[in-house]
Amino acid sequence: MLTVRNLHARVSGRDILRGIDLSIMFGEVHAIMGPNGSGKSTLARVLAGHPEYEVTEGEVLFEGEDLLGMDPETRARVGVFMAFQYPVEIPGVNNAYFLKAALNTVRKHRGLEELDAMDFMTLIRERMKQLDMDESFLNRPVNEGFSGGEKKRNEIFQMAVLEPKLGILDETDSGLDIDALRIVADGVNAMRSAERSFLVVTHYQRLLNYIVPDVVHVLTDGRIVRSGGKELALELEDKGYSWLEEPVGKR
Amino acid sequence: MNLDLYRTEYTKARARRPKGEPPALAERRDEALSRFLELGFPTTRHEEWRFTSVAPIADQPFAPAPPLVGDVCPVDVTPFRFHGVCAAELVFVDGHYVPSLSTRAALLGGARAGSLAAAIAGHAPEIDPFLARVAAFERAPFVALNTALFADGAYVHVPAHTVLEHPVHLLFVSTGGGAAHGSPLLMSHPRVLAVLGDNSQASIVETYAGPDGMRYFTNPVTEIVLGQNAVVVHYKLQRESSEAYHVGTMSVRASRSANCASHSVSAGGALVRNDVVAVLAGEGGECALNGLYLADRQRLVDNHTTIDHATAHCGSREIYKGILADRARGVFNGKIIVRPDAQKTDAKQTNRALLLSEDAQVNSKPELEIFANDVKCTHGAAVGQLDEDAVFYLRSRGLGLAEARHMLIHAFLGDVLQRMPLAPVREGIERVVARQLARALDAAA
Repeated sequence: MLTVRNLHARVSGRDILRGIDLSIMFGEVHAIMGPNGSGKSTLARVLAGHPEYEVTEGEVLFEGEDLLGMDPETRARVGVFMAFQYPVEIPGVNNAYFLKAALNTVRKHRGLEELDAMDFMTLIRERMKQLDMDESFLNRPVNEGFSGGEKKRNEIFQMAVLEPKLGILDETDSGLDIDALRIVADGVNAMRSAERSFLVVTHYQRLLNYIVPDVVHVLTDGRIVRSGGKELALELEDKGYSWLEEPVGKR
Repeated sequence: MNLDLYRTEYTKARARRPKGEPPALAERRDEALSRFLELGFPTTRHEEWRFTSVAPIADQPFAPAPPLVGDVCPVDVTPFRFHGVCAAELVFVDGHYVPSLSTRAALLGGARAGSLAAAIAGHAPEIDPFLARVAAFERAPFVALNTALFADGAYVHVPAHTVLEHPVHLLFVSTGGGAAHGSPLLMSHPRVLAVLGDNSQASIVETYAGPDGMRYFTNPVTEIVLGQNAVVVHYKLQRESSEAYHVGTMSVRASRSANCASHSVSAGGALVRNDVVAVLAGEGGECALNGLYLADRQRLVDNHTTIDHATAHCGSREIYKGILADRARGVFNGKIIVRPDAQKTDAKQTNRALLLSEDAQVNSKPELEIFANDVKCTHGAAVGQLDEDAVFYLRSRGLGLAEARHMLIHAFLGDVLQRMPLAPVREGIERVVARQLARALDAAA
């Protein structure tokens, strides 16, 4: 589904990604772990098309298509979704209005009929229940005045509504208490299927107890220095990142 | 500066005045002319005009616009009307009342809405105590000029205990004088007097409009007098030609427990100045000044507001928001005066501007003059660009760039628009705003 080849990217004149190779098959969950500043979040944002990041080398194919050539909205429409590490507050734009506009744009692109207000509400209520969200939330402005946990839950909620093919979670677990973490993980697990893949960026192994990955990659200094099964995450939890600082395949 | 022109025009205008004009008013007009000639047009050396040069008005000759010949209006006024919403819709072309274009269907309870010149000629009792006595001209050259030169305008009277459920629409259309080449530019000085008796209520909408591309000068002055416990909702929709000069003043005086809400929307004009002056003259008065302005290209919109808390226990709320594109400039100056007797004043002012280009600019200044000690006065100002992180956030959910920008801009304006209580009027205003925004956004893209 997703193929990343020799991806280099920079932000504000600083090279962050220095040659990422990564391949995600349909239905797989990949975790990206690594110390602060290793480039985990940069990878997520580059895949989502954040305009501040400049790709200097390499390519990314999403279902065989050139992802890097698409603007952010096209990526969303073809089925890439990033749950933000720091979701943006948007005063004056109400959640329901925003989400309906987004969903119908995405549906239109995928050749589905646009939902009317009634069908939209039915869908929304179902998804809200899944994520244990209060209905008053719909009439509140996007993320404004939300607690950290509410914001993260809102990201997963949006993902559940937009039903992407690839969900990228950028440190969605940071700052969550255990209850919120479970809700978020349940939300993601409910979406797992043979047609949908996830890239889970996290600093802590804890999340991976709840969202069990197929593959774990360790990112240091802009490169993937080790990949393995879910037991790699446990090893990292045990030993920290320092034992990996000198990459195995270092040139 | 060619002030002689205005002296000459004044002499001609005086000769044209109907015989019925009361001597006291004629004296006020003489005073106003003298004052205007003393003051002259302001320059940017005047603090009140620091960011707004009126040189284009001062340096060009203008001629007073004549009345229509045979009631045939060269401009289609239909797009400027509020269809089926209003109790009365008075149409003025180049400052002259045109009965054949106006409707005065359903004014209840002895309320009146009609030509000001007719009311003056008919010695309406509210003229003498209020006309040219609410809007002070001693330090306001454009108010002085209007007072001297106004030919007509609107007179609205709502008797005590009368509630007008539907708004009165005063539509001032400028023609720009047609396409006659080489003829002087036209000016008009429309005047509005609205007097609301005790416990009365009314909504008044003023529209200023003109055909795009025409250059002319509109200098309106509105005076509103509120009796005790009276309620007025006032809208000013300025949608002049993109080449027009518009310098307007609205002055309101509120008696005890009266409530005034003013919604000012500036969407047109090349050089625009709106002054709003609200005097809370009786205890328990409330006033809300809301404003919204949009400008693109090289246009300038200047909003000066003054809220004068002259007595105790009054409240005021003010929120102005602007959107500026291209090389447009905005000015906001919000003065709040709290007089020594005005204890327990509760005043709040907010103004925000959104700049859609690097070259757009806004000068914003709160001016608080507080002479009482037990008051609550706050103000906040913010100027910024569209939040790029928010744009990306919306795009990352599938919304197109244009749609994302639009959503954020509407959200920015939303709280000002939502404060407008009359849905049909608000929707009409929203359409004008949306059109103007689309143009500004096209230019910015």
